[in-house]
Amino acid sequence: MNKSALSIQVGQLARRSVRRTLRQPAQIVPALIFPLFLLAVNSGGLKSATNLPGFPTDSYLTFALAVPFMQGALFSVMNAGTDLARDIETGFLNRLALTPLRGAALLSGLLAGAFVLGLIQAGTYLIVGLVAGAELVTGFPGALAIIALSVSITVAFGTLGLFVALRTGSGEAVQSLFPVFFVFLFISSMALPLDLLETDWFHALASANPVSYLLGAFRSLLIEGWDLGALALGFGIAATILALGMFAASAALKTRLVRT
Amino acid sequence: MSANAEERAGIEVEGLVREFKNGPRAVDGIDLRVAPGEIYGFLGPNGAGKSTTVLMLTTLLPPTSGTARVAGFDIVREGGRVRGAIGAALQEAALDPLLTGREHMRLQTALHGLPKAERTERSAELLARVGLSEAANRRVGEYSGGMKRRLDLALALAHRPSILFLDEPTTGLDIQSRSALWDEVAGLAKEGVTVFLTTQYLEEADALADRVGIIDHGKIVAEGTPAELKAEIGRPTVEAVPRDPGDQERVAQALRPFGEQCGATHRGGASVLLEGGESQLADVVRALDAEGIAIEQLQLHAPSLDDVFLAKTGRSLEGAGEDEGEAGSEEMEAVQA
Repeated sequence: MNKSALSIQVGQLARRSVRRTLRQPAQIVPALIFPLFLLAVNSGGLKSATNLPGFPTDSYLTFALAVPFMQGALFSVMNAGTDLARDIETGFLNRLALTPLRGAALLSGLLAGAFVLGLIQAGTYLIVGLVAGAELVTGFPGALAIIALSVSITVAFGTLGLFVALRTGSGEAVQSLFPVFFVFLFISSMALPLDLLETDWFHALASANPVSYLLGAFRSLLIEGWDLGALALGFGIAATILALGMFAASAALKTRLVRT
Repeated sequence: MSANAEERAGIEVEGLVREFKNGPRAVDGIDLRVAPGEIYGFLGPNGAGKSTTVLMLTTLLPPTSGTARVAGFDIVREGGRVRGAIGAALQEAALDPLLTGREHMRLQTALHGLPKAERTERSAELLARVGLSEAANRRVGEYSGGMKRRLDLALALAHRPSILFLDEPTTGLDIQSRSALWDEVAGLAKEGVTVFLTTQYLEEADALADRVGIIDHGKIVAEGTPAELKAEIGRPTVEAVPRDPGDQERVAQALRPFGEQCGATHRGGASVLLEGGESQLADVVRALDAEGIAIEQLQLHAPSLDDVFLAKTGRSLEGAGEDEGEAGSEEMEAVQA
């Protein structure tokens, strides 16, 4: 297959994935409302945390604004995975398998929906956060960097949803991932900076949790300024999850599509 | 193989087997040949092995052993070339409820590599052919079962395949939709498309197929034209259904002198092949009356494909899959594996 045919396949499947996403308000609305609701609750309830010595900002809203980007990425795991699981359950994947479709085109196309959802989410969280009074010390270029990082994480997490969908073929199995990922989010620097977590075991777990460094990358742009180390870590973790997720999903796709 | 040779080649299967873990052989060494341009009806109850056979012939499931060539290409070694030559509408119309009919067609034609200029034209042509032009911009979630099946057929034809696999295409459709689909399939065969059609409807195989293969428990138990198969049976069957279901065995006893027993029927009666033909019907009535059995229904059947199935397997095709839920489930698992 030539490169042009592959790009046509990716483009067509991406278009389908985006259409599916935009035509399912039930996918988009909770992914926007739920993280913003938690942001409102946390930034109101934990405001006094800014009085702790060493807290990096006097606006808890600004500190907490990093969290919706991660929660939004968790929704992308569900949405990408559930969509693919539905294709498996309904036999649509078999229809695709009967065409000269390449596995890479299928996975890339499916992630296009996660990409679009990621863009919508990141833009919404950022605008709502700034309107509510959050700070963004890196200005407009920082906003673009936040959106880029958010979309990267959303797409990277989406590959994990694809992997589980391909391994299990079940939408329920994909949905069951949500609490697991939520635990990862809670055992991180979600509520406090790493160096202010005083409970030893929690500090150890949060320090080993990649989510803490993804949050750190967002916070560097919101609170501290251009910290290339934090950004490299954030984008690097996203790229690593993306690479591992794509590898695992590709292997699972080969097993799932046993076509000769 | 040249394009012309591909067009001339049909389906050749030898000793095809598919085994699943911890299960019986879903397909147990079948041999069959389908000539180019022929409609081959593959008839059998749920769980008989029809869908598993289709999945293997369409390259979606590797066989455990045996060989098969489709359109002249080996299904194991030349899967890509097989897929390029065939179209398939598998069990349950696999469609995306969020896309429109036209969007489905565009996706399918693009994935099959049709040039951009041709995609729109081909999509419109096929949508018109299956009577979906007006509904083309509606989402498939709003389509009826018959419309979905027709779109499924149009999608299978997107790349002008020489061989078409239709896996129970009319299951669950009303009579009108079924009839419309039959007309379409018959029209395709006239155009030279080879059709491999699985069905559990006797009348479908009878009306459409040039030749029929009857499969049961993974084995082909009979094969030939519908007329040949019915001629094998030759004699009419009489079926008596007692008013009291507890009298089924007494009915069977009373019918025994009249010919070869066909066993219990799904309606709770018994049937027998009348050795002496239709003229024995009056004697049958008298025999049942002499036994004092109250009869709910008494029917004389001209030989049908169901009789062929009954004669070859000892069971009636209608409802034969009901006691084979386990095998049926395994077949569904195979489809989803």
